[in-house]
Amino acid sequence: MEREIKKRRNSRLTRDDLTSYALLAPYILLFAVFILIPVMMTAGLSFTNFDVINPPRFNGITNYLYLFTQDTVFMKYVLPNTFLYAIVVGVGGYVLSFLLAWMLAQIQALPRTLLSLCIYMPSMLGQVFIAVIWRTVFSGDQGGWMNAVLLQLGWIDQPIQFLLVPDYFMLIMIVVSLWSSMGIGFLSMISGILNINREIYEAAYIDGLRNRFQEIVHITIPSMKPQMLFGAVMSVVGAFQAGNIGVMLTGSNPTPGYAAQLMVNHIEDYGFTRYEMGYAAAVSVGLLGLIYAFSFIARKLFSAKDE
Amino acid sequence: MAVGGTKVNPQKFHKSQIPFYLYLIPIAIFMGAPIVYIINHAFKPMDELFAFPPRFLVSHPTLDNFRNLLQTTAGSSIPIGRYVFNSLVVTLAVVILSIFISTMAGFALSKMNFKLKGPVFEVNNIALMFVATAVTIPRYLTINALGILDTYWAHILPLVAMPVCLFLIKQFIDGVPNSLIEAAQLAGAGSFTIYRKIILPLVKPAIATGAILSFQSVWTNVETSNLFTSAEGIRTLPFYMNTLSSVGSVQGQGMAAAAALIMFVPNLLLFIVMQSSVMNTMAYSGIK
Repeated sequence: MEREIKKRRNSRLTRDDLTSYALLAPYILLFAVFILIPVMMTAGLSFTNFDVINPPRFNGITNYLYLFTQDTVFMKYVLPNTFLYAIVVGVGGYVLSFLLAWMLAQIQALPRTLLSLCIYMPSMLGQVFIAVIWRTVFSGDQGGWMNAVLLQLGWIDQPIQFLLVPDYFMLIMIVVSLWSSMGIGFLSMISGILNINREIYEAAYIDGLRNRFQEIVHITIPSMKPQMLFGAVMSVVGAFQAGNIGVMLTGSNPTPGYAAQLMVNHIEDYGFTRYEMGYAAAVSVGLLGLIYAFSFIARKLFSAKDE
Repeated sequence: MAVGGTKVNPQKFHKSQIPFYLYLIPIAIFMGAPIVYIINHAFKPMDELFAFPPRFLVSHPTLDNFRNLLQTTAGSSIPIGRYVFNSLVVTLAVVILSIFISTMAGFALSKMNFKLKGPVFEVNNIALMFVATAVTIPRYLTINALGILDTYWAHILPLVAMPVCLFLIKQFIDGVPNSLIEAAQLAGAGSFTIYRKIILPLVKPAIATGAILSFQSVWTNVETSNLFTSAEGIRTLPFYMNTLSSVGSVQGQGMAAAAALIMFVPNLLLFIVMQSSVMNTMAYSGIK
């Protein structure tokens, strides 16, 4: 009798295994072909010199050496810009997301839904629309809305070429990026805050918790660590992925004075303008490494595993 | 009721909520204003587009910009209808394929036990951090090797596997009670039947969210048109909008605004309709 049951259980497992793989197969296939393999190819290409016309020639770590020692544009503009951007838009945007999400949780459901829709809307727009909007707003002639307002207020005499002057440009890019960054990470945090069990709060207040700030730090954030982590990963990725905004607002890559040059632009510059694919691949590996490093930090902060 | 308890998600309005409104409403206005501006811009007649100082709201709305949009394209070799058609085909394909593939994989990862389960999920989690731009060159080479350059597949296939969708769907399926599945198994149902009759109906919010996310990633995507296609006839709407909007003239601005509006409206409608489903799914979005 027992042997029969064991046999039946074993055969069900085998069929289960096959079905699992069958269910997974389409995803795994596409994932492998379009995500995994390209990443591995990038890593491989980073050790070569590849100009698309001739096959890749292995050149060891030359690309990496160049990146860290000789690429002045990278060291002077791209890396600092990317870090500045990542910190302000990535971390800053994340903190802003959380604050907005928290404030939204303090009001009633209907206003909350309306306001969060407004806040979420810019993230749905797509690069093209965002560029259209903000190019119109910051247009360098008096037709630009910003210039028009400033001229009318008498603060300036001549329209400012916002999108051409490096000083303003980074600032504009940061503002535009923050504006459009309240995406699914933001929604996730709202959801996380709303789903915390009230009893935990009540218990904490009985135990002596006194104000909202303490409430946030001691109860809210620890209770939604998984959502915080998801939001953090989304923010980090979004911040490092950016780069198109600069190009779309000014219409050129590299942006004037390298003001808005981020790692992604640098990669595209070397890859598609100068056809130095091997070097572009090396920079790409650097980018992926940076993202992974930031996400690792996020994971350390928000891991719920030791609860 | 505990004294001084938390006031999360209140039922009624209370004046202590006013400070929050003071912060939230200006921010919401800041978020929404540029969009309102562009919507108005799209309906402005020529004289208002040229007006200095430019007005925020339109006073004599017209459909001129939209008409110009259609006419300009009639002049060039590819009519706008072709781009719209391409976009619709590609978007529909990606959304449908992505939903099926992600739910199947999510079901397997969530409810079934097999050897590679842990590693697969971990790899997918790492892939959440994936930046497509970093691997455009190998992707191009892959697509070239597969022989699908300049076809619809070049738009569709790279975008179907979305780690974020798989993650959210899998997390949501985790919430489906195992007892339901066991009961079905006892009744003799095979895995595919369980998938069709139990999982799919129960995870509709996650499906809605996945649909929205893939829709958003496809509908506005210019990279696939830019990088993987060269024949104009195969390119999609956002690419065309992009071309239009780089025209510097003021009339070009009006047309660009009209075009941008056309792109935005489906996105917005979809989200409003599915909004509660999305929030429902987000309750499971935590990474543990």
